[in-house]
Amino acid sequence: MAYSDKVLDHYNHPRNVGALDKARADVGTGVVGAPECGDVMKLQIQVDGDRIVDAKFKTFGCGSAIASSSLATEWLKGKTLEEAGRIRNTEIVQELSLPPVKIHCSVLAEDAIKAAIADFKKKQDQEPEAQSA
Amino acid sequence: MKLPIYLDYQATTPVDPRVLEAMLPYFSEAFGNAASRSHAFGWKAEQAVERAREEIAALIGATAKEIIFTSGSTEGINLALKGVAEMYASKGKHVVTSLAEHKAVLDTCKHLEKLGYEVTYLKPDKTARVSVESVRAALRPDTILVAIMWANNEVGTLNPIREIGALCREQGVLFFTDGTQAAGKVPVDVEADHVDLLCLSAHKIYGPKGSGALYVRRKNPRVRLAAQMDGGGHERGMRSGTLNVPGIVGLGKACELARTELVEEARRTAELRDHMEKRITKELGFVELNGNREHRLPGNLNLSFHFVEGESLIMGVSDVAVSSGSACTSASLEPSHVLRAMDVGEDLAHSSIRFGIGRFTTRAEVDYAADCVIKAVKRLREMSPLYELAQEGVDLKTIQWQANH
Repeated sequence: MAYSDKVLDHYNHPRNVGALDKARADVGTGVVGAPECGDVMKLQIQVDGDRIVDAKFKTFGCGSAIASSSLATEWLKGKTLEEAGRIRNTEIVQELSLPPVKIHCSVLAEDAIKAAIADFKKKQDQEPEAQSA
Repeated sequence: MKLPIYLDYQATTPVDPRVLEAMLPYFSEAFGNAASRSHAFGWKAEQAVERAREEIAALIGATAKEIIFTSGSTEGINLALKGVAEMYASKGKHVVTSLAEHKAVLDTCKHLEKLGYEVTYLKPDKTARVSVESVRAALRPDTILVAIMWANNEVGTLNPIREIGALCREQGVLFFTDGTQAAGKVPVDVEADHVDLLCLSAHKIYGPKGSGALYVRRKNPRVRLAAQMDGGGHERGMRSGTLNVPGIVGLGKACELARTELVEEARRTAELRDHMEKRITKELGFVELNGNREHRLPGNLNLSFHFVEGESLIMGVSDVAVSSGSACTSASLEPSHVLRAMDVGEDLAHSSIRFGIGRFTTRAEVDYAADCVIKAVKRLREMSPLYELAQEGVDLKTIQWQANH
């Protein structure tokens, strides 16, 4: 199978590989997929106010899955949470020229973004309780 | 060293220059139809074909008259299974095979099921080996055929062919074995191994693509086949169609070379295979050998690398041509049915790579390839969330994954 130049570029030079401290209140972590399915994505965002100031990923999966998550972290940085929540998998498909058989990789990336945002928001909601307790 | 390095010898092999040389005269010089009995062109072609038949027979301990030429193993498998099923239908309609067989066998069996036959698919053990006991337990009064491959194409496991053959002979059931990966790589003797039908393919043993043979036993017992291709009645009526003379000459020469060089080549490829495994496992932890350590093909090394997905690893070793049992390399998105049948675990099935070592593989190539793999696995593990969790001491099996993809 031939990969698009953009997939190859992200695979060979992945952006923002790494981990943020998941215990921090300003970090949201999303882990989606399953090893049995051949894809697991971990995507993390660090948020200041309502803006994403940093994003990191680690992915177990094919080249297209790695590229989708790498691209997602690039797009997330500097976006507000609301803007980030509007990223659609179809944009990732288009940007990376993913073939139909790889569309699930982009879906996974969109799910990872949503999961990271949800995790961050959950922490914000819990925070006052944690302090009062 | 020429890049990329070819390490996919179970997929196909390059034509040996000696094979090519033997074939060349039969394209435009000695181009006759082997079935033309009335002139020298036909006689010359026929002579070449019969010489090839002798060579193929010699490789597997058969006689020349028991060799039927085919286009390759897919055809050989179809002819053997469908031909026996049709011919012996009045005796019974039950066939025994295994879940680790090649798709050509499995899909032909599915076809037979649609025609009203019953097929028992044996589950192999964790090394892809089928036990004689499981075959024995599956036999019924109406069983007409047992189809168990000699060597597995993905993990290289050798089945106990001689024992299964002896069982089938004792029970009066025909025994077909797919010898595609085994013939020319390990000793094959259809007499001592009690094999009734066996297919092989030229392109797996340094011959041309599109040429193969089916061995059909002629006595004790005499196996009869219903032809699946009707026409001029070539090949004792079992396979009509003008013979592919250059391809057959190539197959014959390939068999001759395989027979005379088998012992030395097996020793050399096994040594390279073991060297490769050692070099990789010295540098990397969490590597599993898929298949059987004792009963295996000399040139096959199938490894699973924990926490790394197979396709991404293949991308990372672009200078090395290997194949994966991973889902993503096929259009189906399903991981290898062989690794599944072995119960290696779905995650490890996604992390497997098959290295195929052969006649033209050098030690320098193996070293280079091993180093590429080591580098790529290390890099990919650094970006693997599973590796991170394992490093933190989390047992991946205890995690509730969101498995909807």
